[in-house]
Amino acid sequence: MSEVMVDVHGVHKSFGPLEVLRGVDLQVRAGEVTVILGPSGSGKSTLLRTINHLEKVNRGWISIDGELIGYRRSGSKLHELKEKDVLKQRTHIGFVFQNFNLFPHLTVLENLIEAPASALRRPRKEAEDAARRLLERVGLADKAGAFPRQLSGGQQQRVAIARALALEPKVLLFDEPTSALDPELVGEVLDVIKDLARTGTTMIVVTHEIGFAREVADTVVFMDDGVVVEQGPPAAVLDTPQHERTRAFLSKVL
Amino acid sequence: MASTTDTAPPGAATPGTGPEAPPAPGDPASLKVVPARHYARWAAAVAVIVLVAQFAHGLATNPVWEWGVFRDYVLSETIVQAVWVTLQLTAYATVLGFLLGTVLAFMRLSHSPVLQTVAWTYIWIFRSIPMIVQLVFWFNLSALYDRLGVGIPFGPVFWSVDSNSLIGTIGAAIIGLTLHQAAYAAEIVRGGVISVDHGQLEAAAALGIPRLRQIRRIVLPQAMRAILPTAGNEIIGLLKGTSVVYVMSIGELFYQVQVIYGRNGRVIPLLLVATAWYVVLTSLLSIAQYYVERRYARGANRTPPPTPIQRARRFLRNLRVAAAQRNQPLVPLKPLGDNR
Repeated sequence: MSEVMVDVHGVHKSFGPLEVLRGVDLQVRAGEVTVILGPSGSGKSTLLRTINHLEKVNRGWISIDGELIGYRRSGSKLHELKEKDVLKQRTHIGFVFQNFNLFPHLTVLENLIEAPASALRRPRKEAEDAARRLLERVGLADKAGAFPRQLSGGQQQRVAIARALALEPKVLLFDEPTSALDPELVGEVLDVIKDLARTGTTMIVVTHEIGFAREVADTVVFMDDGVVVEQGPPAAVLDTPQHERTRAFLSKVL
Repeated sequence: MASTTDTAPPGAATPGTGPEAPPAPGDPASLKVVPARHYARWAAAVAVIVLVAQFAHGLATNPVWEWGVFRDYVLSETIVQAVWVTLQLTAYATVLGFLLGTVLAFMRLSHSPVLQTVAWTYIWIFRSIPMIVQLVFWFNLSALYDRLGVGIPFGPVFWSVDSNSLIGTIGAAIIGLTLHQAAYAAEIVRGGVISVDHGQLEAAAALGIPRLRQIRRIVLPQAMRAILPTAGNEIIGLLKGTSVVYVMSIGELFYQVQVIYGRNGRVIPLLLVATAWYVVLTSLLSIAQYYVERRYARGANRTPPPTPIQRARRFLRNLRVAAAQRNQPLVPLKPLGDNR
């Protein structure tokens, strides 16, 4: 068995009086694909956002490749990291948003170069070559000079995936990557993610695409009401769910 | 009783008998199109043209305007010098005002309650004081602080200088205009920044882009779309607002014009000189604003809007096409407004 890449331990998160995560534990091994399913409001997206510290946790901890996220441990104390160090940690964690969040005033190529050039201080030429290779990989080599608004939703999301990959992250997080897309555009984005799965990229994908989970996931995690209800191989969780809440959810979406 | 044409009511003429006979069925494409006639519109246009012509005639012929005096002064050395001073005041106050304003805007947007409060108070105070009052304050700075120095706060002073020699009259005017401008610029910049989609900041943060770079490269360029129209207003307002510093006896445009007409009594033509220069400078700023806005619209539209020059060319081309097709019935013209 490969080592644990992402370790989520006893994570609690509240927004005011609303407790969104109520003690979540999750381990993701290097090279594996974990798909998180669950009804809306179950805390899936919040969990994903705590992993790259877009949300601070109230209790518990998260580590990636053995490194605590957002904190530094010295002796019996956890010191909160400064924003500069958090930003540095985030370069190891790719994040793909539901709404793409491409920078509309920059061309596709500039979108891909921005983070490697500024956060990792890569030479521009090197970053540009890498960006062009990534665009080729997501099938958009001819769109390097286009602006995001000139692309379809599916193409924009493929660019967003390439942008996340440009930092060569240890893990890729997808927050409902196909939920904002027209149905006929979902396939092209899922194909890119499947291709990444085949090449051994560690990924956590929050999605409603059950078929995709069955095909690609090494582990399916079902969340409800701020906790992990059950997890396991797709066949086990999707076909023979042990928990009543999982069965109820699957009967609605399948 | 048999019905005849002379007993039929008006408009009931049987087809084929009247002068306006409908066409033979079949081929409407062969008919000549008669454009609709807008009589009221034409009448209104004529009335407006008459009024404008009257005014222009008055401008040209009323001896009180004294166009000869206008010609003598409009490009005279004194006036050109004064225009230069006006431009300098505007440029300094714009650049420094927007720099300070941007800092204030980000102070108000920061998480620190101290910075927020200080910025809010600054904006409150400097928006409350009329610019002319503030300028006179700065003019009398030496009465308030006769020496300015550097040292430990509330402690010893290491180096100090007479405030009048450090800050001359022009310096006082620039400080006054800048501080006034910064309060307004802060709100304009803040408005632009909060108009940028929150997802943009999240994406930049998720990519680990350093904080200052996020602001400079991701937030501000997008905020510019909202900032520029209002900032354009402000800068044009400032250009004309510099005329207020005549109270400090600074040789800018309006002050010089007053000095000259105080000497020779030719009030009207010299006011015309000032007016002409303000119009020219404002026009230049407006043109610059158009192109700067266009620059920052990059990526906002699928196809960028055409420049006025491109639009004029297209208009002429379309006119030629229209003229060529005038007598060809029912061929749809390319709409003039369609630029795609």
